[in-house]
Amino acid sequence: MDLILLSRLQFAMTVFFHFIFVPLTLGLSVLLAIMETLYVRTGDDDYKRMVKFLGKLFLINFVLGVVTGITLEFQFGTNWSRYSAYVGDIFGSLLAIEATVAFFLESTFVAVWTFGWEKVNKKVHCFAIWMVAIAGNISALWIILANGFMQHPVGYVIRNGRAELDDFFAVVSNPYAWGEYFHTVSSAWMLGGFFVLGVAAWHLARKNEVALFTKAVRIAAPFTLIMALLVGVAGHQQGMNVAQYQPAKMAAMESHWTTQTRAPMYLLAWPDQENSRNLVEALPIPGLMSFIAFNDVNAEVKGLSDFAKEDIPPVLPTFLSFRIMVAMGCLFIFVAAWAWWRRKDIASDTRLAKILPWMIPLPYITIMFGWTVAEVGRQPWIVYNLMRTSDAVSPVPTSSVLLSVIAFLVIYTLLGLIDIWLLYTNSRKGPEPAKPAQEA
Amino acid sequence: METIWFFLWTLLWAVYFILDGFDLGMGSLMPFLASNDHERRVIYNAQGPYWDGNEVWLITAGGVTFAAFPNAYAVMFSALYAPLLILLFCLIFRAVAFEFRGKGDSCTWIFSWDVCMTLGSFLPALLLGVAFANLFMGIPIDGNGVYHGNILKLLNPYGLAGGVLFVIMFCYHGALWLELKSEGNLQVKAFKAARVLWPLLLSMVLVFLALTGHYTESFDRLAQHPAAYVALALAVIGLVASRLCLNSSTLIAWICSALFILGLTFFGVFGMYPGIILSSIDPAYSITIYNASSSPLTLKIMLTVTLCAVPVVLLYQAWVYWTFAHKVTRETLKDEHSY
Repeated sequence: MDLILLSRLQFAMTVFFHFIFVPLTLGLSVLLAIMETLYVRTGDDDYKRMVKFLGKLFLINFVLGVVTGITLEFQFGTNWSRYSAYVGDIFGSLLAIEATVAFFLESTFVAVWTFGWEKVNKKVHCFAIWMVAIAGNISALWIILANGFMQHPVGYVIRNGRAELDDFFAVVSNPYAWGEYFHTVSSAWMLGGFFVLGVAAWHLARKNEVALFTKAVRIAAPFTLIMALLVGVAGHQQGMNVAQYQPAKMAAMESHWTTQTRAPMYLLAWPDQENSRNLVEALPIPGLMSFIAFNDVNAEVKGLSDFAKEDIPPVLPTFLSFRIMVAMGCLFIFVAAWAWWRRKDIASDTRLAKILPWMIPLPYITIMFGWTVAEVGRQPWIVYNLMRTSDAVSPVPTSSVLLSVIAFLVIYTLLGLIDIWLLYTNSRKGPEPAKPAQEA
Repeated sequence: METIWFFLWTLLWAVYFILDGFDLGMGSLMPFLASNDHERRVIYNAQGPYWDGNEVWLITAGGVTFAAFPNAYAVMFSALYAPLLILLFCLIFRAVAFEFRGKGDSCTWIFSWDVCMTLGSFLPALLLGVAFANLFMGIPIDGNGVYHGNILKLLNPYGLAGGVLFVIMFCYHGALWLELKSEGNLQVKAFKAARVLWPLLLSMVLVFLALTGHYTESFDRLAQHPAAYVALALAVIGLVASRLCLNSSTLIAWICSALFILGLTFFGVFGMYPGIILSSIDPAYSITIYNASSSPLTLKIMLTVTLCAVPVVLLYQAWVYWTFAHKVTRETLKDEHSY
């Protein structure tokens, strides 16, 4: 295997693994903050037990998010050193700002929150979880701004043989990055919502802590529905950004070969990249592709055949990932609406109560597909139209990378299994029983 | 501007060594000091609310290397590929040990995580020492920043001396912290450990300084900037004062030990100034703060961000240290949230 492929494999593996933990941290922290605020406001002990129970799951997840994140920061240097040297002036500073303004805040306050139940007063404790939630989501913003620079580089000039910062404001107001941020964060919050709904439905179906979990559902159901809708809106916005700034990715997402106005979307299609065409193309919906790309059914969409062959991303994975993501997105809106409709008594709808726990893994998988669209669809560029992925890799021995790929595979599989097992057993245990009235 | 950033860069590493140093030291000492589950849990919980915040200093030090000296980041991280990834794996296992250890109750489960904690503390301490000593000495990089060596080349006498020095330094620092946070038998053992470790640390510092004179050109470079000897003086004063205060106040001894780490880091890193990665093939290939730094605009923006954010970080981290500034006792370990 060659160095570039192995390095990409390692990056894909480590970033996907990291992103198992990130969205739950982003989404669940917000829900925990809402729940704890309700506890502080109402004094209802159910909310406190809910926060403590979900908090335990949150922390198991959080620690893995932290450690797998360090891998990524190191990896730009270890495996993508030419990239780091070329765009570090901009990209590196975004990562450093993330650490100084957001990650410190998150890590410090998560400790206050974890250990502070007896040490600080209720309001300070609630403030701590809000800080975790806010810092986590700010953290995500800086990381997405860094990714946004790779997708749509702005605010730089080429000087001294590298990309140097020219306009910091342009970098932080990059429209592509902001679209990406809203799409990513709303999907993460939705994932957190489905996580709470799934765990709650599992217990409600077994008549455990009915009062407590019904309250949890009444918070999570509207939250999940709103987020599921926002993911779609933000996704459509982002689709238009892609069409404007990365037309080749847009065309690959729909396996669209010939430039045309009023471009249709084929419900059934299968790309044949070798021959620049589709093997199968059936059931067109006229104008839908133009609508996705430009919010206008009559707009002209550039086809893949009009790009140089070496600038076209791998069509099949981009195309399939996009399809699956959109289909799942529709499913999420449907299930979230259903859960919201029955939010007062989920257990009475046995089908819904059975489906919800099985929904938990789906947003995770969908988010992975979303990132596949974003990252594979950007190929062959590491920084769009500025640097090719093949020019970015570190001059390290292939054998070292092979060894590290194997090590990551073994270690991450092990950790992933332990994590799933711990989340599974701890979420089945349910909250600590309520204290007798005189103690509470 | 580049020099300011070199200073800040050194400072970030020094703060990381001071803060995570006691964590790594306590983890390494665990098999020697803790003889039962209760004592081991005290060691975990003595780092409990801090280790995560402490580790962010490493991320920041890495991030600032990337932001302020992207070329140095690129060459350093790719040249030290194997040791860095081993460091990373250790830190991963160490961190999850905190969260996972208490979540199972079989002896094998708990023992496995204790092994992760010990190795995951000892190896990073060793590797950080080996890596920094090799940086002080220079590593075989060519004019394109390509590294011509392997991990075995890093394990030369000077590199190993650096590794041993870091392990002993962190163990001493950790023993003092443990003495502060524990009570009873464990506290006595921690105090004894600190007393035994101090002469070892002193002799290792002398050995390392002698080897520095032999293997590196640090002293020649420092001689051009006599102010840099302040760092060495600070280190020596910190080390000696730490021993003198040991019997009266462990807290002051710990602070002196922190000063010693600060001084030693500055002494070592400024021994490279203005170099940041020295080439052992040809000094002309060395990466300096001038050919590695970011554009003036980036340095200016980063300086603003750092000067605004870091004092705030220090404030709230200090608040956390103060809030949890109690001893870890049987009583506090009954708390369901402790590790």
